[in-house]
Amino acid sequence: MAINVTRRQFFKLGGAGLASSSLAMMGFAPEPAEASIRQFKLTHAKETRNTCTYCSVGCGILIYSKGDGAKNVEQNVFHIEGDPDHPVSRGSLCPKGAGLLDFVHSKGRLEYPQVREAGSDEWQRISWDEALNRIARHMKEDRDANFVQRNAQGQTVNHWTTTGFLAASGSSNEAGYITHKVVRSLGMVAFDNQARV
Amino acid sequence: MTNHWVDIRNANLILSMGGNSAEAHPVGFRWVTEAIEHNKAELITIDPRFTRTGAVAQDKAFIRTGTDIAFLGGLISYLIETDQIQREYVLNYTDAALIVRDDYGFEDGLFSGYDASTRSYDKRSWMYAMGDDGFVRRDESLQDPRCVYQLLRAHYSRYTPDMVSSITGIQVDNIQRIWKKIAATAVPDRTMTILYALGWTQHSIGSQIIRTAAMVQLLLGNMGMPGGGVNALRGHSNIQGLTDLGLLSQLLPGYMTLANATEQEYRAYIDKRVKQPTIEGQVSYWKNYENFHVSLMKSWFGNAATQQNDWCFDWLPKLERPLYDVLDTFDRMSRGELTGYFCQGFNPLASFPDRAKVTRALSSLKYLVVMDPLNTETSEFWKNYGEYNDVDPSQIDTEVFRLPTCCFAEDEGSIVNSARWLQWHWAAAPPPGDSRPDTAIMGELFLKLKQLYQQEGGVFPAPILNLTWDYKIPAEPSPQELAREYNGRALEDLVDADGNVTRRAGEQLAGFAELTADGKTAAGCWIFTGCWTEDGNMMARRDNADPYGTGNTLGWAWAWPMNRRILYNRASADLQGRPWGTNKAFIWWDGEQGAWVGADVPDFPTNSPPSQGQMPFIMQPEGVGHLFAGQSMVDGPFPEHYEPFESPVPQNLLHPGKEQARNNPAARIFDADREALGKPEDFPHAATTYRLTEHFHFWTKHAELNAIVQPQQFVEIGEALAEEIGVAAGDWVKVSSNRGSIRAVAVVTKRMRPMRIGDRQVHHVGIPLHWGFTGAARKGYLINALTPFVGDANTQTPEYKSFTVRVEKA
Repeated sequence: MAINVTRRQFFKLGGAGLASSSLAMMGFAPEPAEASIRQFKLTHAKETRNTCTYCSVGCGILIYSKGDGAKNVEQNVFHIEGDPDHPVSRGSLCPKGAGLLDFVHSKGRLEYPQVREAGSDEWQRISWDEALNRIARHMKEDRDANFVQRNAQGQTVNHWTTTGFLAASGSSNEAGYITHKVVRSLGMVAFDNQARV
Repeated sequence: MTNHWVDIRNANLILSMGGNSAEAHPVGFRWVTEAIEHNKAELITIDPRFTRTGAVAQDKAFIRTGTDIAFLGGLISYLIETDQIQREYVLNYTDAALIVRDDYGFEDGLFSGYDASTRSYDKRSWMYAMGDDGFVRRDESLQDPRCVYQLLRAHYSRYTPDMVSSITGIQVDNIQRIWKKIAATAVPDRTMTILYALGWTQHSIGSQIIRTAAMVQLLLGNMGMPGGGVNALRGHSNIQGLTDLGLLSQLLPGYMTLANATEQEYRAYIDKRVKQPTIEGQVSYWKNYENFHVSLMKSWFGNAATQQNDWCFDWLPKLERPLYDVLDTFDRMSRGELTGYFCQGFNPLASFPDRAKVTRALSSLKYLVVMDPLNTETSEFWKNYGEYNDVDPSQIDTEVFRLPTCCFAEDEGSIVNSARWLQWHWAAAPPPGDSRPDTAIMGELFLKLKQLYQQEGGVFPAPILNLTWDYKIPAEPSPQELAREYNGRALEDLVDADGNVTRRAGEQLAGFAELTADGKTAAGCWIFTGCWTEDGNMMARRDNADPYGTGNTLGWAWAWPMNRRILYNRASADLQGRPWGTNKAFIWWDGEQGAWVGADVPDFPTNSPPSQGQMPFIMQPEGVGHLFAGQSMVDGPFPEHYEPFESPVPQNLLHPGKEQARNNPAARIFDADREALGKPEDFPHAATTYRLTEHFHFWTKHAELNAIVQPQQFVEIGEALAEEIGVAAGDWVKVSSNRGSIRAVAVVTKRMRPMRIGDRQVHHVGIPLHWGFTGAARKGYLINALTPFVGDANTQTPEYKSFTVRVEKA
């Protein structure tokens, strides 16, 4: 009997009412005892596919969160494991990926916009609106004062060298794309990401 | 990577050099062990240390840091002199037979055209010689003394085993044994893959080290082959994507480049980048540059970009210096020339060299904006953390804004892995507190700026006011909208030569061959075109089928370009289009179908028969791989060994007494930073920095599990050095360079042994980089207190892998 099942399909088969013990007797049940415990723990969880955020192997991960989907109920991530279907990682994670849950819930996560005023030794919480208004004002003042339309040789350069921007190679392509689009429209040239170092 | 992770299993030999993948990329490394177990492959590591990769290698050698070109250059000489090259491949698929101009030369460690006052080359002579027919001259016999093959042979004839040994510290018998194993992959049915990482990149000669590896692979016929290639094992999860999208000072998306100030005319800018074939009939794909460029400008500036205004050519900034890289920027910043700076998921206080200089630079800003999920050191550079950050906040007038962002689990979108796969991911939960995605922060910030320019006017507002912004929720462009935008779409109906409509206006494009230079298409990143087509989001595909058994899963996610998994794969077949070996069959010419077929998307015009004579390296104007770099590098058409700027050895043994040729003559170093270099007599130990498997840069010290398994900062020293300085395992040591010092616990190990280099014994010191003054792990010192402020001549990537220190008991 040639049946190819992934571990995922195996769970689905189990859920459809087939006795897992008889599946195991057919000889294609991987680690039946552990699997059944894991399934129980995750039964009511929401499963979300994602990619490990650390290195560029790009291991597939499954994020499990709880929350019944009702209005005002927020999902809370409580378990992350490797995606067994992923052709590179095949369910594995390294010591970094195995700790992803602690990154999500790290005490070092920031939660609110803050400002540290000149000369101060503390943070102050501010609103998004205030933070972005103040930053936009700083940018405009500097750009209007220092944007170079023509250089000393009279060549058109239209660039802004006095504010710079480091972009994040841990962020998505979509974040990278919109960042590039905005930064260049302002004329910035002191612009790099981690690929520079 | 030219190839991909799973393809490593197809290799017969794996050379791991300039990296330690078992430690830094453990899950990817499983494909190395797969090759060893199931393909009888051999793994060779060459590293200053006995690493985790070395621990499972069948053969290994220990090399002095920064001397890889000496080892690989000697290998090139060995391959040529012993005639162990893939001759048919080298003759047809490389530039070996091409003739170089008579005025090109190399003397006393300098290439022709050197100007010592600017530390740069006039590269005019670094060119092939053109014939009367307008195409490059060639010599099929490879005997002409001016052909690339003979110039290559002459250049590396100096790299004898004895010379290589005295520079690298590897014993001659070890060198020759490993060269012999590598040479055995010159046969058509065996391949070597090369795996490298920042251990090659972070040197003042980093780009040239990598080039030497590519040259070796061309000579062995290993490029374009399954189980071959030159494979950069990249760092961050989307560092490939941000490189592809061009978020670097001189780039535009898809490896297009900004104009220099001297390029005032649109037509001249385009003509310089539109590469016409220099050998008759070759593909030379960059001849389509204008299609890509105009489509980008339509994507960004929409109806404002017209043929009449040169598609808004003057709206993009022009460059007045080759790069506005981070070393240049922080040097300017340290002199008070910058007003503001943004750090989006980037921690420069920890990541950039000469931390004291970085602190000075940040302190001179008027405003600093940090966007990050985590409390980074950079965001608190102004805060006193005692010995770990000894600053006085009252003396620092920088206004610092800290904006909380989502992390991966709360974010939707795609990221590009090292193998060029764009993989889509979904958000699992909302972010903590008021954190927001980077896309929304950039969106709202831009709209606020635009509003200020609308209300108040200001300098050169046109590009801001006309930037396309047709997102459904303007302050929060969605990942789907942005992905569709960088893929590109038709703005008008596209028609073929017979007038048939091939694409309706508004439809997503299926590939970059559809792009046009007449304003009828828009695409934000041409190499990504094909990732979100009329069939939907190709990046979200999850079919892991491998129908040819080559490890190629074309239905999983989407790889640029055009879903190709191995670059240059036309080279996996011979001139007649047949696989070089049955065990290496990958793509081949099917005469009946009149097409290239096989396990991958051909990296070649699908219907171009072998008889047409088009060669595999379709991005090069000659159609062949370059052993001679021409003008594409700033520091020479052939790689040459130069010492690190801080070296334990006082001279370059290839050029004794030639001070100009001691370090890379074309590398930029600012005067104050040159003065901050240490001398071997004060700082005798060769230092190198690296990562540990439990940690990722400065992120994981914020994750409790990782902080628990690797809590304490340490440095690695060998037993001989420990004895010399009277240190026992577990003692605290002080490590100093001429720029600063750190304290750490000493791990005394057999993994590092002293090397005999010329007249002296050299000890290496290993410095892992993961600690700092924020996070859950024990506080530690940012190791960039030590590193020098000098970078690679081509990329300005700092020389973190080779510098000098002194270690003493703390």
